[in-house]
Amino acid sequence: MDQIFGNLQLLFEFPAVNLEIIIQGAMIGAIFVLVAYGLALVWGVMNVKNLAQGALVIAGGYVSWWLAQRGMPVLVGIPVAAIVLALIGGACSGTPIDKFCRRHWRVAIVFAVAMTVVMFAGLYTTAPGSAWAAYEGVGRTFGTIGGIGLFGILVACGGLYGLVISRVIERDLFTSLLATFGIGIMFEQLMNLMFGSDTQSLRLDYDSFSFFGGIVNVPVAKLLAVIMAAALAIAVIIFMKRSRMGQAIRATAQDARAARVLGIDTERVYAFTFSLNAALCGAAGALVVLVWEIMPFYGIPYSVRAFVIVTAAGLGNLPGVIAAGIGIGVMEQYGGHIFGIGYQQAIAVLLLLLVLLIRLAQQRRNRQVLQ
Amino acid sequence: MRPINKTVLTAIAATGFMAAPALAACENITLGSAISLTGKYATNGVHAKNGYEYAIQKLKDAGGIKVGDKCYNFNVIYYDDESKGDRGATLAERLINQDKVQYMLGPYSSGLTKAIAPVTEKYKIPMVEAEGASRSLFNKGRKYLFAVLSTSEQYLASAITLAAEKAKASGKALGDVKVAIAVENDPFSLDIRAGVLDDSKKQGMKVVIDEKLPRDLSDMSAILTKVKLLKPDVLVISGHSKGAATGVRQIGEMNIDVPMIAMTHCEAADVTGKFPKASEGILCSTQWAETLAYKDDLMGTAAEYEQGFKAAFPEYKNKTVPYQVAQASAAVQVFADAFTRAGSLDKDKIRDALAATDLATFYGQIKFAEAGNNIAKPMVLRQIQGGKYNVVAPSKFASHKLDWPRKAK
Repeated sequence: MDQIFGNLQLLFEFPAVNLEIIIQGAMIGAIFVLVAYGLALVWGVMNVKNLAQGALVIAGGYVSWWLAQRGMPVLVGIPVAAIVLALIGGACSGTPIDKFCRRHWRVAIVFAVAMTVVMFAGLYTTAPGSAWAAYEGVGRTFGTIGGIGLFGILVACGGLYGLVISRVIERDLFTSLLATFGIGIMFEQLMNLMFGSDTQSLRLDYDSFSFFGGIVNVPVAKLLAVIMAAALAIAVIIFMKRSRMGQAIRATAQDARAARVLGIDTERVYAFTFSLNAALCGAAGALVVLVWEIMPFYGIPYSVRAFVIVTAAGLGNLPGVIAAGIGIGVMEQYGGHIFGIGYQQAIAVLLLLLVLLIRLAQQRRNRQVLQ
Repeated sequence: MRPINKTVLTAIAATGFMAAPALAACENITLGSAISLTGKYATNGVHAKNGYEYAIQKLKDAGGIKVGDKCYNFNVIYYDDESKGDRGATLAERLINQDKVQYMLGPYSSGLTKAIAPVTEKYKIPMVEAEGASRSLFNKGRKYLFAVLSTSEQYLASAITLAAEKAKASGKALGDVKVAIAVENDPFSLDIRAGVLDDSKKQGMKVVIDEKLPRDLSDMSAILTKVKLLKPDVLVISGHSKGAATGVRQIGEMNIDVPMIAMTHCEAADVTGKFPKASEGILCSTQWAETLAYKDDLMGTAAEYEQGFKAAFPEYKNKTVPYQVAQASAAVQVFADAFTRAGSLDKDKIRDALAATDLATFYGQIKFAEAGNNIAKPMVLRQIQGGKYNVVAPSKFASHKLDWPRKAK
């Protein structure tokens, strides 16, 4: 208790600290916005609540990290992560490759199983204490070939959308929750096998700007991340407003049946929406690995935050999502400062509870109006 | 044909009988160990096993272990505990009841040791362990558990001693020295915190920040902001490798300017490789380093041990040998020493000989307290200087001078 009062006192004693907390929170919140907007899209258009959101973010982070390990410039990772995740999400769904793959599904399954065996055989030699450690070099090659083959067949057969999501759209809430939760767990374990359980991050060799005698710090890496996130958000807004696909997505979100009657291929719209969401998550992950640390099991906090933001802002309300995202970033930082850093992420859950209660009260009022 | 056959057989038997005493000059003593060869502790479990095996081979090459007028070699039955406590305890029962093992080597990690120690205690089987540092292992009045490593509350306590030395040298009153602590909320890190709190209290220092890090830590800027405002003289961070990575990264980003920063798991997080600038001047604790001035007759100096081990296990060629390996070897040496001094294979005599151990090894001095923990070996602090880990404390074994105060960037 004393510590909490002491921490509150600091906020008044050094007013500049508030500025530091707000800036740090807003910068990290900008990344949450991307993840949350992706979730809002999928939720609004397909009515699928994607619990694998966080796992997709971390996967994007690992793509960017993997590239940087091989000498690519750090910022290249952002578009590449977006493209790779879009492919995993289902960018090929509905294309001739996908149709070919579906026609020869028996071959595809055999190929996928073979590639899985090759990959795990390869990974087995690199595991610590393996009896086959002498063949680690061959094992690595096997692991890479198997991994690329598996990735290829997944992408070709319609990605996550074609294989899983398209089958649960029309089902009830729990089916889609379970399916996406399962995807999330599978991703986590795969990343754990491929990259190990150590925390990873990328380093930009830039300094920090300091103000107010060093109390307020703006690391250039974070600043860059915010600029990237903002640029991406603007691009998505323009795309949704101007392009034919964007209009089709919005039409489908309003009324899928009417859209179908008017000649919109809603199946394609769904596939596109899901892969757009995956791309946004991938880009967000590439930004996260720039400013924070990632690890295969760090996805869940991002899923939770995205849910809180979307629940607070509502679907299809981009300004709301932005405000809520930055808000939650700032609240987390304040929570971490006042109650101790152990409670930083708890703040997000607490806010979700609060938002749900307020929503409930609002709805009750609306219902009374109807009566 | 028959007579010839018989002659041949006799001849073979005769050579066999004559050769036998010359070849198998030493008999075997069987030790048992349940160790993590798979699962989350597999990396370090394998390190420990390699350490055991290396020391056993060295003993064999040096002519075996003298017990009375006979000589013996160690032979270990290993079982894989899959990094799970209940499995470890079951395997310990199996080693003792089915394989009739009379002496045990420890598993990897405090958790597994905690699971196995009650079993060895029940059957009065002496166990020398090298990889369980939690101090909760040594407050249960166990008589058959011995540990060669320093217990966890000592991991960063030496940083407090060092800060006190520096404060005295610069003429600052100890009551004005401020300490900031950020540790993860798990048994190991909380032990570290307890050690630091104890020592700060003893020295009369003021603890200004005392926070617990969450398990899925990726941001600790809230704590570092407070550090900026309260300006402590020592900052102590412990949260496994994620704590070290996050800490060093944000210390750099936020230009944290504390005269002394000490943490654990620097090597595991590879902070010098990932954050070369920010990690400069940070103190890292370790059980052992190959640059230390310890030595014994079997292994030679710490540096010689490292070279010899690398020659025997080429997979370590391109990395520094982790201390988990060294302490496992030291555990085997302690057993060998106890057998020689006991002059008997009786397990209770061995236990008494273990309790009376006072042995200088390449890993450091080993002498057990009543509770079985090693009280003779201090924890080592290394400072990152120019991207290298240089031993700076305790000053008796230090190879380099401490850079103090640490300069940001």
